[in-house]
Amino acid sequence: MSYSPHTEADRARMLEAIGISSVEDLFADVPAAVRASDWQVPPPLTEQEARAELARLAGRNRIPEITFLGAGVYRHLVPAVVGEIIGRPEFATAYTPYQPEVSQGTLQSIYEFQSLICELTGMEVATASHYDGATATAEAALMACRLTRRGRVAVSAGVNPDYRRVLETYCSGPGIEVVTVPVGLAEGGNGTTDPGSIANLGDDLACVVAAQPNFYGQLEPMAELADAAHRIGAQLVAVVEPISLALLEPPGAYGADLVAAEGQPLGIPPSFGGPYVGLMAARMGSVRQMPGRLVGATRDAEGRKGYVLTLQAREQHIRREKAASNICTNQALMALAATVYLAAVGPEGLREVAELSVAQTRHLAAALEDAGLAERRFGGSYFAEVTMRVPDAARRHAALAEQGIVAGYLPEQREPELRDTLLLAATELTTDDEIARLVQALGESR
Amino acid sequence: MSVAEPPGRSDPSGRGSAFSGATGGSGLTIVEPLIFDASRRERRAVRFPKPSEAARAAAAGQPELPASARRRGAPRLPEVSELEMLRHFNRLAHLNHAIDIGFYPLGSCTMKYNPKVNEWAARLPGLAESHPLDPAQLSQGSLELMWLLAELLKDISGFDAVSLQPAAGAHGELTGMLMTRAYHRDRGEGEQRTKVLVPDSAHGTNPATATMVGYETVTIRSNERGGIDLGALRGALGPDVAALMITNPSTLGIFEDQIDQVVAAVQEAGAIAYMDGANLNAILGRFRPGEAGFDVMHFNLHKTFSTPHGGGGPGAGPIGVSARLEPYLPAPMPVLAEGDPAEVLANAWALRSTPGARFELDDDRPKSIGKVRSCYGNFGMFVRAYTYIRSNGSQGLRTISEDAVLAANYLRVRLHDAYDLPYDRLSKHEVVFSGRRQKREHGVTTLDIAKAILDHGIHPPTIYFPLIVEEALMVEPTETESLETLDRFVDVMHGIAEQAKTDPDAIRRAPTTTPVGRLDEAAAARRPDLRHTFRDETEASMA
Repeated sequence: MSYSPHTEADRARMLEAIGISSVEDLFADVPAAVRASDWQVPPPLTEQEARAELARLAGRNRIPEITFLGAGVYRHLVPAVVGEIIGRPEFATAYTPYQPEVSQGTLQSIYEFQSLICELTGMEVATASHYDGATATAEAALMACRLTRRGRVAVSAGVNPDYRRVLETYCSGPGIEVVTVPVGLAEGGNGTTDPGSIANLGDDLACVVAAQPNFYGQLEPMAELADAAHRIGAQLVAVVEPISLALLEPPGAYGADLVAAEGQPLGIPPSFGGPYVGLMAARMGSVRQMPGRLVGATRDAEGRKGYVLTLQAREQHIRREKAASNICTNQALMALAATVYLAAVGPEGLREVAELSVAQTRHLAAALEDAGLAERRFGGSYFAEVTMRVPDAARRHAALAEQGIVAGYLPEQREPELRDTLLLAATELTTDDEIARLVQALGESR
Repeated sequence: MSVAEPPGRSDPSGRGSAFSGATGGSGLTIVEPLIFDASRRERRAVRFPKPSEAARAAAAGQPELPASARRRGAPRLPEVSELEMLRHFNRLAHLNHAIDIGFYPLGSCTMKYNPKVNEWAARLPGLAESHPLDPAQLSQGSLELMWLLAELLKDISGFDAVSLQPAAGAHGELTGMLMTRAYHRDRGEGEQRTKVLVPDSAHGTNPATATMVGYETVTIRSNERGGIDLGALRGALGPDVAALMITNPSTLGIFEDQIDQVVAAVQEAGAIAYMDGANLNAILGRFRPGEAGFDVMHFNLHKTFSTPHGGGGPGAGPIGVSARLEPYLPAPMPVLAEGDPAEVLANAWALRSTPGARFELDDDRPKSIGKVRSCYGNFGMFVRAYTYIRSNGSQGLRTISEDAVLAANYLRVRLHDAYDLPYDRLSKHEVVFSGRRQKREHGVTTLDIAKAILDHGIHPPTIYFPLIVEEALMVEPTETESLETLDRFVDVMHGIAEQAKTDPDAIRRAPTTTPVGRLDEAAAARRPDLRHTFRDETEASMA
């Protein structure tokens, strides 16, 4: 397959216009010493061959028949209308809206996205998107450092372990220290962050990063964490799950200063880890320290309303080494997916998705408890993911995977203290029958 | 807006009322209210089942959501029917220019055709439904695809190892510079090497990245031929320099014809040679940065390897590195745990799987800088880029660069009578003109010229970049535009240059055929309006 439109006659005409005799002359400026040697790239494929190759690879994956795996990436219904819109070439094959007169579709949809994220989170300003939830969290922590002019960050051990790793990598750049706030993971613990532990973290702390619900599904005392952070002059960065915000208090209401989230549950398939969309929201007073693109409304000379990229004096293409971040390309098309999703489900649909996920997770926990197969590891309440104590969890998790059943996530991979537990998620797509089959398979694996 | 056939303006009053039954303009001039304006209580699109009896019964014994954690009042999301929302977004789509609609010679962005078979591949349920944390035995296809793509990128770039994890070009830069710092620290030179050298023609992301890693940026001037000034570079290099970040071909579209000496000088000084790979589309099969001595480079899969730009992302910014930087790559890495690499490659090239081959994610990388993103990167972009590279194959990749460079040079010679060409020499995939003559002689700026181009259904070139060219117009035609399209662009540009002489006011008024005219960006920044204000908020603020 070649996508070149040129005939040999076209090429000859262009060469003649340029005044050279061969395409080789176009590369005369590559010094002889560093010209490319041969490579081993294979020969081209026709479309049907390319399809066969990709179908081969897709076929090598085994999509589980039944899955209770979440751990930051959730399987929700993606309404057909979402794929229809984000597949439109006017959205998919445009670039960053640098010329607003011919980019109003992209710009207005980003303005709507920003509006929806503000409404969900109860915050005043949201960015046009970040790479994912982890990098949005890291950028929010760096932003808190700029706002407070402090250089230490505290992160709850209840934040997704991937996010904590990314946060540490990002903070290692400017040399910001990251301290971990423990979570009561021990047997009989509540699985949440102790607000009382914040006071001892020192008066040079820029922010406390905590997740609601946390990685283990537990509901954190966010208002108390916000108060504790504010008492030592630090900000609260709330890491949230967007669908939960149909039922849970928005971070704006409990005093969060910054919000970061993974937007994948909003109409984006798991796709082996991406593309997803990072969400970030803040208070208006902090807007000039926000990283990444922002779209604002304005008017043209005739008074017609329109949208533009704005407050660009924060960004790398204007400020270069003084920019708030180096981010340029973000995840615009995925932000559009989230926008279409939220419009498609509306407030009632989002509540239904959240309530069903909450109900089926309780159904799952109760079914495992009733069968004597598992017990909840923590006290307190959970959202739509639950940590269950399961004897011999690693072996049984592997045995079930062989049968095409993914019994959630194995926390002991990252957290030795949680040996013999499973982190199980249910969503609106989880059926009663799937829960029954998990109970049966887990019972048979004893 | 139909860009091919510019409609007239008929609704000067502002955004119309498409939802109240009118079409919100006439013909194809669409003015579209916000989705919130269409919201009506109880209107619905998607519905979900009710919780089952069993689920309700089970919930009784489980903890409830505590009242203290509950939200008061539902979020005010729009309440719309499916058809209304579909029309809303479809009408917004009509307001965009895009590659699939018309020519998009936006320099530095490589707006080439995005083949549709790539989209088909990325949507295959076996790939799209694959959960990143599924046990590895269920994800062998995803892991093999990542491993194969990394092998191809290594081969194309001449590097020893590739990580696919960074989500965009700037993210790849960040990754590469964090690795640079880890490398120097490991050698006990972390404290002493504090500076990053960046040519004055560089993308803004380069200095911004250096800052994010805690480095000080030192700008190196370009010489009169548009290349990096070798004398200035040598003068700046020393034991305090961590790296040179250089774009090659440069943002002027010029291949650094002393690149071998540049790399040698950087290496002699003990610094890392970073190549910004934004312009790789010009040099496939002609120059392999790893082979030429560079230590690290990011690829932009959304430029060179045709994954759609999506209105500003998602992209993907894998990085290739030399052996000395390999230990610092982000974790985890997809690896072939069992099987012979040569056999697996040969089989994959023959569209076959290798019996017994097993892939896994290697997270045991003690010197790694860590993770830069959750999971493994923008996997859906890997699928598209892999499909693209396999479709084109060895010869196809070479043809891409040949045709891209041919088209840029064709535009260079066809347009340099009408527009100044500050660096009049062989170009690579793009060529940078200057509108300074039009500005000086007729008071028509490059911004005016760009806006005038819009009225011809063509997306303007990148403007006012690189910063070292006055009134810059940076044109990148790519390899997928036909000669007829290139010739039409030449005619349009000549026409505008002529009109600048005869009727400059008309150009200063452009565009006149787009859904909105020039927007007041200063007002947007002065009084930021960054989200929809609900009616009750307005009332509350007035009360």
